[in-house]
Amino acid sequence: MSGHFIIDGRTIPFRAGQTIMEAAADAGVYIPHLCHRPGYTPHGSCKLCTVDVDGRPASACTAKAQEGSIVENDTPALNDDRRALTEMLFVEGNHICPACEKTGDCQLQAVAYHLKLVSYRFDHFYPARGVDASHPDILLDRNRCILCDLCVRASRDVDGKNVFEIGHRGIRSRVIVNAASGRLADTDIDVSDAAVRVCPVGAILIKRRAFAVPIGKRTYDLKSVAEVAIEEVRAQREDEGG
Amino acid sequence: MTIAYETAAHPENLRRVVIDPISRVEGHGKVTLLLDADNRIQQARLHIVEFRGFEKFVQGRPYWEVPVLVQRLCGICPVSHHLAASKAMDMIVGATELTPTADKMRRLLHFGQILQSHALHFFYLASPDLLFGFDADIAQRNIVAVAAANPQLARQGVLLRKYGQEVIRVTSGKRVHGSCAVPGGVNKHLTPEERDYLLADIERTVAWSQEAVALIRGMYSERSEFLNGFGFFRSAYVSLVRGDGALDLYHGGLRARNTRGEVIFDHVDYASYWDHIFEVTKPWSYMKFPYLRALGPEDGWYRVGPLARINNCDFIPTPLADAERIAFRGFDNGSATHANLAYHWTRMIEMLHAAEGIRELLADPDLLKNDLVVTGTRALRGVGVIEAPRGTLIHHYRINEDEQIVRANLIVSTTHNNEAMNEAVRQVALQYLDGNEVTEPLLNHIEVVIRAYDPCLSCATHALGQMPLEVEIVDAAGAQVDVLRRDADGTVSRPDAQPA
Repeated sequence: MSGHFIIDGRTIPFRAGQTIMEAAADAGVYIPHLCHRPGYTPHGSCKLCTVDVDGRPASACTAKAQEGSIVENDTPALNDDRRALTEMLFVEGNHICPACEKTGDCQLQAVAYHLKLVSYRFDHFYPARGVDASHPDILLDRNRCILCDLCVRASRDVDGKNVFEIGHRGIRSRVIVNAASGRLADTDIDVSDAAVRVCPVGAILIKRRAFAVPIGKRTYDLKSVAEVAIEEVRAQREDEGG
Repeated sequence: MTIAYETAAHPENLRRVVIDPISRVEGHGKVTLLLDADNRIQQARLHIVEFRGFEKFVQGRPYWEVPVLVQRLCGICPVSHHLAASKAMDMIVGATELTPTADKMRRLLHFGQILQSHALHFFYLASPDLLFGFDADIAQRNIVAVAAANPQLARQGVLLRKYGQEVIRVTSGKRVHGSCAVPGGVNKHLTPEERDYLLADIERTVAWSQEAVALIRGMYSERSEFLNGFGFFRSAYVSLVRGDGALDLYHGGLRARNTRGEVIFDHVDYASYWDHIFEVTKPWSYMKFPYLRALGPEDGWYRVGPLARINNCDFIPTPLADAERIAFRGFDNGSATHANLAYHWTRMIEMLHAAEGIRELLADPDLLKNDLVVTGTRALRGVGVIEAPRGTLIHHYRINEDEQIVRANLIVSTTHNNEAMNEAVRQVALQYLDGNEVTEPLLNHIEVVIRAYDPCLSCATHALGQMPLEVEIVDAAGAQVDVLRRDADGTVSRPDAQPA
């Protein structure tokens, strides 16, 4: 079934089986998100893409588009909720943008700028999470992990390796490594793996590449987070041959 | 190692004068004067009451992150920390010789830093003292008053600093806290458009820098006895010099001279600085006290910065600045070469050198080339030394096999000058303290001599502070004898003395 629905007052088409996120992106409408990435199984965990569908909240990355439904996305109330969620991600980890090599290429930072997050209302947790630098070419810095699960999905579904998992519960949740030692060095992860490149923040990094791109040429120096997201969808369509 | 900080035979008889904090310096410090029963200065101490944490919290971080991380030590000369750390990381990645483009891009960035920092200090922080006198009305002691009294000078100061900041922005992407250097090189070269943009204002930058040197030279000509004698003492000096003895702010070997100007060591590979410079701690300051091993902890203190560099080098490799160096060294039979306030003069000579250096580099086609990074054999230890605006800056790191920092030691310029600033305060207090009463002129004079060193107190301890000011005298029984307070708005008051 295909059809149309209304998002922020604009009528847009959808194809059978598309989520609200996918249909919106096809139509050039940006819905802020962090755990979603085109081509990956939706996860629905960051809740940043929450929209109102006919008056009820739903994750745009998992909710299917419905004929005739009315979706609210870019509203002050929803963006305020998104700002609060983004703030929580910042305070729950150790996100030191001034010293982070991902700055300018970081989706969390870009979403925060998009949402006009200028100060914190919550206290920082300053958790002790640690760095796994054991692998010769790949660094895992759990301080910056936002538990988006993208590396887990990438390693499992794209690389076929199952290197990562989200372990523990609640506030103690951590990305864990599938090796008896728990160390990245003892897995078969490789720099060419999708799991290494999919991280939206500075948690999984290829070593010795830091700050190689000058300020002014980084991803979000050149394009907004919305433009980058829409382009990702188009690139995915081309990969799929549609 | 720790040494005793009370040297008096009967410390119970000492009285204590406290100046807290000191204004128009970068950061937060306070001064204590210890007086004996006859009101003679027993000791002067510049306390650094902020805490530095960078050496601790870089531990565990990957080494390639450090040049950008540590520049957050400071908002005034972050470039110096960025470059010193990058030079240390060059050693770690085995980059023994950078490409010409990388070397020159870094030098351009560094000249921009020297220019903006020296202009900031001279025009914004020091010029009110020099133009209006040390005891001028509080309302006059700022750049706004300088602009009212001498609009042309103030405008030149603002635009000189702006030009230095623009050099930094073009080379590193931002005026403050950009990124340019990476281990083994740089991340960009100049475009022809960027070069032409900087060329547009370079001639006036050189000309105005010449005028600034002439201004301070003229002040010396008029008041040499007073300016030279202000808190006068002799010291040893340390700085980098180029292989041929030239002034080199970016790279070279370490040279030290003693109080008579004789060379103690020369062209020392800075990777082994530890063989020549050691540090002690004292319980009343978070700032360490470095000394030359050859002279020992008591006598081995020294000065760094513009005065040290101009005294240490054999020549300056740009003609206008070298002519000014010769004039300075020859002035009044060399009378200014140990003077505290000659820091201002030599700082302006260096600003002129930086302007000339930028002009020279902008004409160099290597800046436009795209050969940016080299690597070699990995090492586990890296030392980077640079001549920052305020003096020699040492960054020393060790990494583990996983490429994480396990140890860091940073000796910043203000730390090298620590004992010298104490001595300067002591000498000024000897000259100007009169009896029991803390007077505002005394307070002003002490601040003037500290300010000559352009200390970056936040840098020396790596934190930030704020600035009202209070001086008190406390007797041996702990009772407050006198107190003078200056609020942030400049109001000076004498609260009733309270028992401490």
